[in-house]
Parts: sequence; structure tokens; C-alpha cells
Amino acid sequence: MSRDAIAAPWGTRTPYGRGEVWPVRVDMHLADGVTEADVDRWVQSASILHSNGDALDIAVKDGRVVGVRGRGEDRVNHGRLGPKDLFGWQANRSPDRLTRPLVRRGGRLVETDWDEAMDLVVRRSQDLLAEQGPSALGFYTTGQLFLEEYYTLGVVAHAGVGTPHVDGNTRLCTATAAAALKQSFGCDGQPGSYTDVDHADVIALYGHNMAETQSVLWTRILDRLAGPNPPAVVCVDPRLTPVAREAAVHLAPRPGTNVALMNGLLAEVIAHDWVDHDYVERHVVGFDELKEQLATWSADRAADVCDVPVEDLREAARLVGTADRLLSTVLQGFYQSNQATAAAVQVNNIHLVRGRLGTPGNGILQMNGQPTAQNTREAGADGDLAAFRNWTNESHVADLARVWNVDPMTIPHYTPPTHVMQQLRYAEEGSIRFLWVQATNPLVSLPELHRVRSVLSQERLFLVVQDIFLTETAQIADVVLPAATWGEKEGTFTNVDRTVHYSGKAVEPPGEARPDLDIFLDYARRMGFQDKDGGPLVHWHDPESAFEAWKECTRGRPCDYTGLTYDRLQGGSGVQWPCNDRSPDGTERLYVDGAFWSAPDYCESYGRDLVTGAPVSQTEYKALNPHGKAVVKYARYVPPHELPSEEYPLQLTTGRTLYHFHTRTKTARAPQLQAAAPEVWVEMSAHDADAYGVAEGDLLEVASPRAAVQARLRVSGIRRGVVFLPFHYGYWDTPSGHEPDGGARAANELTVTEWDPCSKQPIFKTAVARVRLLERGDGTPSAAPSTTASRSVRTGPPATAGGPAAAVEEDVRARVAGGAR
Amino acid sequence: MKIGMALRELHRSENELARALLEVSERHRVDHDVFYLGRELASWSQAHVRALADAGSRYDVDLDPEPVTGQGLLAAARERWSDAVGRDPRAALRLLVDVREVYTLACGVSVDWELVAQAAQGVRDAELLALSKACHPETLRQMRWANAKLKESATQILVS
Ligand code: SF4
Repeated sequence: MSRDAIAAPWGTRTPYGRGEVWPVRVDMHLADGVTEADVDRWVQSASILHSNGDALDIAVKDGRVVGVRGRGEDRVNHGRLGPKDLFGWQANRSPDRLTRPLVRRGGRLVETDWDEAMDLVVRRSQDLLAEQGPSALGFYTTGQLFLEEYYTLGVVAHAGVGTPHVDGNTRLCTATAAAALKQSFGCDGQPGSYTDVDHADVIALYGHNMAETQSVLWTRILDRLAGPNPPAVVCVDPRLTPVAREAAVHLAPRPGTNVALMNGLLAEVIAHDWVDHDYVERHVVGFDELKEQLATWSADRAADVCDVPVEDLREAARLVGTADRLLSTVLQGFYQSNQATAAAVQVNNIHLVRGRLGTPGNGILQMNGQPTAQNTREAGADGDLAAFRNWTNESHVADLARVWNVDPMTIPHYTPPTHVMQQLRYAEEGSIRFLWVQATNPLVSLPELHRVRSVLSQERLFLVVQDIFLTETAQIADVVLPAATWGEKEGTFTNVDRTVHYSGKAVEPPGEARPDLDIFLDYARRMGFQDKDGGPLVHWHDPESAFEAWKECTRGRPCDYTGLTYDRLQGGSGVQWPCNDRSPDGTERLYVDGAFWSAPDYCESYGRDLVTGAPVSQTEYKALNPHGKAVVKYARYVPPHELPSEEYPLQLTTGRTLYHFHTRTKTARAPQLQAAAPEVWVEMSAHDADAYGVAEGDLLEVASPRAAVQARLRVSGIRRGVVFLPFHYGYWDTPSGHEPDGGARAANELTVTEWDPCSKQPIFKTAVARVRLLERGDGTPSAAPSTTASRSVRTGPPATAGGPAAAVEEDVRARVAGGAR
Repeated sequence: MKIGMALRELHRSENELARALLEVSERHRVDHDVFYLGRELASWSQAHVRALADAGSRYDVDLDPEPVTGQGLLAAARERWSDAVGRDPRAALRLLVDVREVYTLACGVSVDWELVAQAAQGVRDAELLALSKACHPETLRQMRWANAKLKESATQILVS
């Protein structure tokens, strides 16, 4: 059966009932004119354009990638693929890939060879180390490299260079997921499993438009909804997302009030005594304080602060409060908003108070945005210590020093790792003078772009960019290193629910582009990094030997990979860590029977003050939680710092769309995806559009106290008083290249420089704004897709479709996935 | 009885701390977390000042319920200074000095709360004891914040 995967992104329903196995449906898309029979070989991999971890095989013909096919036997997707999986691979063979290193000469980037480029990077590193020491060097990586690469980078930066300035763009994306898990469970690591969808009777999605961010997981929920005894969906989102349309209850709170909303829900749960007192008694600390703090909260008060109907809030509380099997998921609506960590922690609190954790259907998914974000975090490329070691625990530092065979003093642990916004500040004041950016594009994705451009383009900052295209950021770099990408290199990566997948090399990288791992290995060799016995610090030489080194680093830690090998991961299904002697088949759910990783001498983190962000000390933590239970924490509701005024009467929220990823470096180069959402748009509610006298397709100026952008209007189901801009659109495909020239279009021109004190995740969702009409439309609708949250609530705009170019073969099989659950 | 004196001293030291936090916030506008948290933490001390004025009336001390607010010309001048020195490395040293002051002031406030709590127990003033139990932990959090900020910034500032 064939379908248009742009028009029907979630595909054909394969309904199933509670406790049953999700049926297999294998999706396949091959380049025009290629059939399955023409394919020379299939190379195993998984998706790299979101965090779901959809397993797929890459079709290769005549040394080129010609398509993809879902892996029916994999536990994650049972064969299904989303639109970005199906079409995104075409970017690999885009003619404008970077194929040679570039260096800046006379103000221009010119081609050079690897020797010269690396020599420049190494010389500048060494000069700065001699002159100022490691504090002059910073590393800003991504959530899109492979595990082996992050681990190598972490060793290079922490033990080789010895700098605390290491972070990934996962800071923008999943830092709050990690922080919330550390607060509640003392450790990062996703408690739940995707299979919880198969068992749940209530699924609550908090600020999580799963239909667009993890489309295949949403397909799983749609299939439950279409089957017998479907779950009830609770949705918290200011937009009328596809999730909201399927929800039993949709709460659309005022931006910035998530903590108030959660307080209201928890207060109801406690008032009705939907509390598992036995579980709380045995496995939780902090419940009495939580109860005391919540005493001033009620459904009424929360409904008032959040401006949602109180009956809806009560109904949502009843659903999560009485569910027998409760699955909760959280994403950017919480993570990128006011009081991010405090709000996400409250979701954990509901599960702990209700004792709904560690059994089928009772799970928490503090989601990731990016495909390999979990690895950034566990390997320490976000600045944390490798394998969830605790940087404030001397014995953990000593243990890591043993694994790396270095003096503990060389591992910077005297301060928390420097998050990217602070790195930017250090670069601004001139104390960071070398910044190496990999596979991310801060010139579009960080808040307040005018400031970011001015800091990163300073003469005194040496900027190295390692990427596959000449992004906005690469355009202002001093050295550009061309990298290989997915399909052109080998490695492993781990999705949201801890499933580790192997990804093989299908084709050669273009020109002289090199795998990121090779670039890091080359740097380590040229820098001459040594361990304390004079041997090479980085003693591995290829992906598999890097993986083996990483395994040793994880031995006995929560993310234990010691039971995995490349062999084991090839063929069949991905495997969930921890996987070791004790759980040779991997681990479906964490925290079964309240067995947490939070004991003072084992935990990854002692937590932080939710309001001030100050780290909790070892002594305090030992007093609070001597027996390694889960911790329920509470933070007072604090309104967002920017509030609407006469001058800026609206609230601005930014976000993503199903068809694009990040700053579109790949998705804009996949014709079907680009055609589905070709241009920026702005959303307003019908009420606000009428009040302003504007209509579909009109060109508006959206301004915040920092800047203004231009976009055409889509009248959508968004909450009143709120405008929405997708953040994907920068400038690389405009004549000006890396910055606006006349009308700006990047949403982050408008956002505010502010971050959550606990997770350090920037806040993208609560700026204020005003709009004005620039030019009436000529009847042409805005470019917003009709299939997603941006669907028009007025008639007129045509339905988004991909046509024959977006045709996908669906093979719905009676056979269930081979043992993969 | 000298409880009134202790309350007066605490009222003064809380006001002093609020002022210091507001100044730190205004002066280091370009250090965005200091800017926002300085204000937030100042508001805690301001709330303490109001509560103390209330408690003072029971001990015949007349304490101004209006805390310092840090508004006015001086503040505007400091903000301009802050924007101008965003790229001046001397601003970083100044940050250490300023946050250090917040830390020592908060330590003083903490001791003052201990004294008041001791006195409240002596005269069995449950209300005053409860006030101290509600406010003192916030002082400790202010201290920990300043201490953490110092630790976090010191290495970078002092070695570069
Ligand atoms: S688009 Fe944003 S949220 Fe999504 S993966 Fe990228 S950084 Fe994360």
C-alpha cells in the first residue's frame, strides 16, 4: 500500500488493545525509479533527525544512498518511519556539502588541506594553554554525533585540555530532562519505556507535541486510541496541536505558569488522597514538606493563575490521580519555559506520590529532542562527568581518573561545568578565546541573536566550526572542518528510552570530509595528550575500540554498557541499557520496586536549589536522603520576568514543526520536507486576528523589546494573547547568508537571554511581543503546514501534500515483531 | 529586655542585604543570572523586612515596613555603567567583590536570625519563632547562592 507521507505523516492505523503487542508496519521510501530489487545492500542504522530512535536500513545502490526502510523487528518503531526519517537522507548528497577544510585568510574563507587546518587549531590551542591555561578554551557540541565521538571529545576536553567549558546544544533541548531526573532520582536516565504506551490507561503529555517531535511514538498512541480500551490523553499545550485534538482534556495555560498548573494538579491529588501512602513511606523523602507547601494551592487558584477552566483542571487531576497505569511525557513546553526544572520535577512528583513507577504502563519519559542527546549527557560531552559520575563526589572523580589513568587534579571538578550561555558570557568579556563548535548552529538556535552574532564574531575569539554544511555559524568561523555524517561513518547511539542502536557506514563521505571521531583522534594525537604513564591518553583508534573504551568507563555505573558489543547490536533489535552480566538482555524499566540510584555514595547528583540553582552539598544530601530514596521537591511559583504590557501586549512562544529539524541544515535540503514548510510564519488566534484586523497571509511584523521579524500570518488554534513563531528559519538560504538583511525571520532574534537556574536551559517560551500589519496578503496563504499544530481554523489554506515524490510503501504485517516488545 | 534591639539590628541587616542584592543585580545586568536572581533574592529580604516591622510593634520598636527598593537615579547610572563594561574584564573582578559582599552580609543576617530565634524561645513567643523558622532558611539559601556563584566564577576570573 502506498501513501503520501507528507499529507499523512502518521500513516495507516494498526489498532491494538491494552497489553497487546503493537503490530508491525514496515515503511519504505526509495528514490524515484529505484525498486527494492535494485538495491545493492541494506545497511543497518536508526534515525538521526529526532530523538525517537526509529530503526531503519539504509538502501545503497552504486555507492550512493537511495532510500530507507524501517526495521520491523526493532522494539522502538516496529518498522514505522516518520517524514524526516523517510526523506531526510537526501541531504547527505546535497551538492553544497562541505568537502574541504576552510581557513580565514584576508577576511575570507578559503579552501585548504587538513594538515594546515588542524595545524592552525592545534597551534592556537597550545598558544592559549601556554599563555592563559585551559580556561581560555571552550567546546560546544551537539546532540547529533555518535556515542564514541562524544566520549572521545569528553576525554580530550576534560583530561587532555582540562577545561570545564564543555557543553552541547542539548542544553537548549534536554538539559531540563536531565536536571529533573537528577533532582528526583539522584541520577539521569529515563525511568520509563516506550512499551509503557502499550499498557497505559492515561497518557499525560506536558508541553509535548509528540505528534510532531516524535511522530512514530505518536503513531503508537494513535494505534492504541484506535483499538479496544484506549487510553485517555491529557494534553497541556497553549496550541491546538494534533495531541490536543485527540485529548480527553486539553489545558492551554498562559505561558510561564506551568508550576502553578502542576501545583493545582498535585493539590487536587493530595486533597482527594489519591496517594499511595505505602509507596511514599517506603520509597520517598520530602512528602510532608511537599504537602505543607501545597497547602495554599487548589484547583481554583491554579485555574485562575493559568487562565484555564477549573472543571478541565479538575478533570485532568482526576485522570492522572486515579489512573491505574499512568504514563507521563514532558518536553519543550516545560523545558524551555519559566521555572523549567521545577515544573518538570512536579511531573515526577505525581508519579512518586501515586506510586506509579517501574511497572508496565507506569512510566515517565522526560523526553529528549535530539537523536543522540542521551549520549551527549552520559558520555560527559555536556560537561557532566562520564558515565553519570558525580562531579562533587571526590571518590567518583578519583574513579574516573583511574579509568583514564590520569591525575585527578587534571579533571576539572572544582566548579560545575560551564553551560553554553555562560561560555558565551566568558567569550563576551574575553576570557574564552577559543571556541570549537560541532554540528550545531548557535547563530540561529541561541536566544537573542543580535547578541550571539556580536559575541561570536569578535576578532579576539578563535572560532572553529565542524559541520557538514556552511551554516550561518560556519560562515563567521576562523576554521571550518568538513565532517562526515550519518550513513558515512560507523557508531552507536541511544534514544530517549535508553535503546542503543548500531549505525553502519553505508557510503563514503564526500570529498575530504571526515568522521567526527577521526577529527577528535587527530586533534588528540597532534596535541600529544598523554596519560600519567606517558602513554597516549586516547588509546583507541576507531569506532569499535572507542566503544570498548566507553564500556569500561561505564562498568558498574547506571548506564552500564558492558553487556553490549558491536556484534550484539548488529541484526535484530536495539537494546536498552543498563545491559550487563546482571541484565544481559537490557533493562526495560528503571526503578522497579523503588530501587533508585540515589544513594549518597552512588548518585550522579545531589541536586540543586530549584530557585537559586545553588548545588546541594554532599553533607546536606546525606542528611536529606541517607537511604537512597526518591526525593519530592517543591518550588514556589514565580511569574515569568517578562510580562505583557501596554507596549508589548502579547506573549511570544517559539517552537518546531513536524517537517523540520533544528536550523533546517538537513531538512531544507530534502525537497519533500522543504516544500511542506518552506517559509517562516506567525500564528495568532482567530480572536486576536480579528482584534488586530489581520487575516491569513498578511505580512506582519512581530517585535519584542530586542528586535523584530517579519512573517505571514496563519490563524490557528493557539491560545488568545499568544503568538507563535517556528524557530527553524535562519539565513543560510537567503542572499545575506548569516544575518538578516532588511526583514529578519529567525524567531530567536526576539527571544530573551535568560535560563532556568537549575538546568541552565535557555527560556524560549515566555518573551513579550507586539505585532503590526506590514502589508496585506494577496490572497496567498502563509506557508504553515495544515497537517500539524499550525492547521488553520479558517477555511481557505489548502491541505499540505507531498504528491508522488512523497510516496511511501507501507507493509502492514500480521506477524508481530520478533520478540521485540 | 533587649529583643527589640535584636529585631532592630535584623531589620537593618535585612535591608542592607536587599540593597546589596539589588545593586549587584543592577551593576551586573550583562551577567543575566546575577541580574535576575539578584532581584529575586532581594525580594525575599524585602518580605522579611515587612514581617519584621510587624513583629517589632509587639516589642515596642518602630521599624519601617517599607524595605529599600533600589530605584532612582543612582540605579539608572549603575545600569548604564553595566552595559558599558560588558566587555571589560575588570567587570568580572567587580562581580567577585560584589557577590562576596552579598555573602558576608547574608552571613550576618543568618546570625541575627539565630539570635532572634533564641530570644523567641526564651520568652516563648511562638509567633516570632515561627517567623524565624520561615525566614532563616531563605537566608541560608541566599548565602548558598552567593557562595556557589563565587565558586563558579572565581577560577575563570582569577586565572584568566
Ligand atoms: S529542535 Fe530544539 S528541542 Fe528539538 S532537538 Fe533541536 S535543540 Fe532539541
